[in-house]
Amino acid sequence: MNFDDTPQEAAFRTEAKAWIQANAPKQYEEELRKSSLGRTVLKGANILEVAKAWQKKKADAGWACLHWPKEYGGRGASPIERVIWQQEEGPFGKLSGMFIIGHGMCGPTMMAYAGEEQKRKYLPPLASGEKIWCQLFSEPAGGSDVAGLRTRAEKKGDDWIINGQKIWTSGAHYSDYGILLTRTDPNVPKHKGLTMFFLDMKSPGVEVRPIKQASGQSDFNEVYFTDVKIPDSQRLGAVNDGWNVSLTTLMNERMSIGAGVSTGFPELFEFCNSLMLEDGPAIEDRSVRSRLANYAVKASGLRYTSMRAISALSKGERPGPENSIGKLVAGSMVQEVAMYALDLQGAAGVLSGPEDAEVAGKFQAMLLRAPGTRVEGGTDEIMRNIIAERVLGLPGDIRVDKDVPFNQIPTKGRT
Amino acid sequence: MNFDFSDEQKQMRDAARKFLTEKCPPKAVREVLDGKAPYDKELWKGLAEMGFLGVAIPEQFGGAGAGHLELCVIAEEMGRANAPVPFSSTVYLAAEALLLAGSDAQKQKWLPKIASGEAIGTLALFEGKGNPSPKAIKLQASGGTLNGVKKPVPDGAIADFAIVAARTGSTGRDSDISLFLVDLKAGGIEAKPLTSIDPTRGQAELTFTKAKAEPLGAAGEGWSILTQVLDRAAVLLAFEQVGGSDRALEMGRDYALDRIAFGRPIGSFQAVKHMLADMYVSATLARSNCYYGAWALSTNASELPEAAAAARISATQAFQHCSKNNIQVHGGMGFTWEFDCHMYYRRANATALTLGSLSYWEDQLIDRMRKKNAA
Repeated sequence: MNFDDTPQEAAFRTEAKAWIQANAPKQYEEELRKSSLGRTVLKGANILEVAKAWQKKKADAGWACLHWPKEYGGRGASPIERVIWQQEEGPFGKLSGMFIIGHGMCGPTMMAYAGEEQKRKYLPPLASGEKIWCQLFSEPAGGSDVAGLRTRAEKKGDDWIINGQKIWTSGAHYSDYGILLTRTDPNVPKHKGLTMFFLDMKSPGVEVRPIKQASGQSDFNEVYFTDVKIPDSQRLGAVNDGWNVSLTTLMNERMSIGAGVSTGFPELFEFCNSLMLEDGPAIEDRSVRSRLANYAVKASGLRYTSMRAISALSKGERPGPENSIGKLVAGSMVQEVAMYALDLQGAAGVLSGPEDAEVAGKFQAMLLRAPGTRVEGGTDEIMRNIIAERVLGLPGDIRVDKDVPFNQIPTKGRT
Repeated sequence: MNFDFSDEQKQMRDAARKFLTEKCPPKAVREVLDGKAPYDKELWKGLAEMGFLGVAIPEQFGGAGAGHLELCVIAEEMGRANAPVPFSSTVYLAAEALLLAGSDAQKQKWLPKIASGEAIGTLALFEGKGNPSPKAIKLQASGGTLNGVKKPVPDGAIADFAIVAARTGSTGRDSDISLFLVDLKAGGIEAKPLTSIDPTRGQAELTFTKAKAEPLGAAGEGWSILTQVLDRAAVLLAFEQVGGSDRALEMGRDYALDRIAFGRPIGSFQAVKHMLADMYVSATLARSNCYYGAWALSTNASELPEAAAAARISATQAFQHCSKNNIQVHGGMGFTWEFDCHMYYRRANATALTLGSLSYWEDQLIDRMRKKNAA
């Protein structure tokens, strides 16, 4: 048992470290380091531009999308090299937020289902951040139940005509392309009548409306499709096989371990270490210490769980459903941590203005963003189902609509 | 990075599991639980023959000389099997104290006996309620003899020798405390078994009246040695707790698959599934904290104090959580004497208190994190 790199890993780390040292946008390092969930602010700079510039620089030097093949803009690196890169990239990795969906899900799906010419055309600019991609899956009628979606695609000559609505689409407002899951046959059970496409987000008939979140920010959008035309050549996978295509997309999510999930603990520990309460320093208070210790062991437990997964990865094993644990634990923890940090501030905890609030309102921003992390990418409940069913082998949920043709599934309340 | 046990260590774990499945079925645990024997002597002998008692004891002192990672995998299996033997007191506490602070003669005398199963050892630290603290130690040492009362002492009624924390000064500092090694079969000691929430590992009151004692380690070093012993034992006991958590989770899972209610296995109900998923989560976080503790223990890293406290807290929480919810999954059957659930529930809650309570370790963890932060 050790934390040491193999000689090859060490060589890769040295090379990555040196390149990052020489090229990273250091002027933003401090702000990025301090930024936490719900609060990445770069003073006097457009974060989209900074992020794109950093991604392009990485791509030009061969450090973008490390695990992708070289011909598609990657490096052909091993999964463990990707993890080492993420460790070394440190706070600058926070600039990759807007590329995560494109690199983590859209790219791999294109790699598996697009034609060779399309891959060579679309993947390199996706890897280099010149083009941003989004994933158009969720709908008002199909959130966790993705297969319940209603956006229609109808064949007309060599084209498909799309009508309907998507929701919770991260980054649609700055995306150039998207992968789109549609219903092509409503007469068969819901999983069997879906088809996947990719499209240009600037196509006529696509309308993006940002959703204002509880935090006041707008990371997500509603996307409306009115007679949007997609050529059949942009279909991914067979007609009505979209469910299997989307599973490829979602499975790739699991490969993104190692960067470390945000728990809010380091921020809380630092805060308690400096906060003065009426009776003295917060850290000397017994109840504060007890709460802190409980969060500390969750945070370290997650950290070492991820190291165990990295070790398995370096032995060539593939990450399994047990990695759902990170999102499940960190999601609710960050929410609790934010609430506790406000509680410690007493009446003043209600203030969120950067001038008036403690640590410039960091925890207030975290509080308002946290509910979203427990929902996006699968709710806590879905994560628990995954662990119960795929790790512990418990029976799947009863799905009463599984064999019912989609157009006969009741849509509202009691029937 | 290889943050995992080696193939050889995993083989040892398999061997221990196989051995304990055969020699320590729930029926054997019940013999002790029911008070028919103070501990499972046959199992103790078998553990010695397998080399498990001396796995971390150097060969020159009669052990296998394997190391602490190996001891961690054995500990996990001991917890899984809920073994009714004085393993934790003898191997984690007494043997570790000897290894850390014993003279060559003391090691030569006791360690081979531990490895061979001839001697049971323990640590006599507590004097009534409270957590580990130099102030709480009143038992007096003078002129090579001890006077005072220790309780609860784990496995105190069956132990052959004890490491005893005693007061040798009155300056009010940690250096007032020294450790002594006492042969409990010699005169001057009265051992009284006490009733506890987990009869599968006994507790006792030891009364020392002019009991002969030899110093263990330098005078005034007692508290510093004890702190190290407790940290090492915390990691090892945490592995037992993780083993117990896993077993409780497995019992709950198996029952949820087997038991039909409302026309379907209860494990298909989301409320039950989610409870089991949460048990898996706490057991996994604890296991990962324990692995870090194992690494720190086996390399004697400066991170050990912090790692030990984290492993201890996390594993205590996990075992309590898994054992209590295992009963909940079992419903009415869960709290009958007949089902095995209560044996794990007892062990979980007894283990949570043996090296100082959960809140004590929480306090320790934050202290240690602050020190590291300040350094």
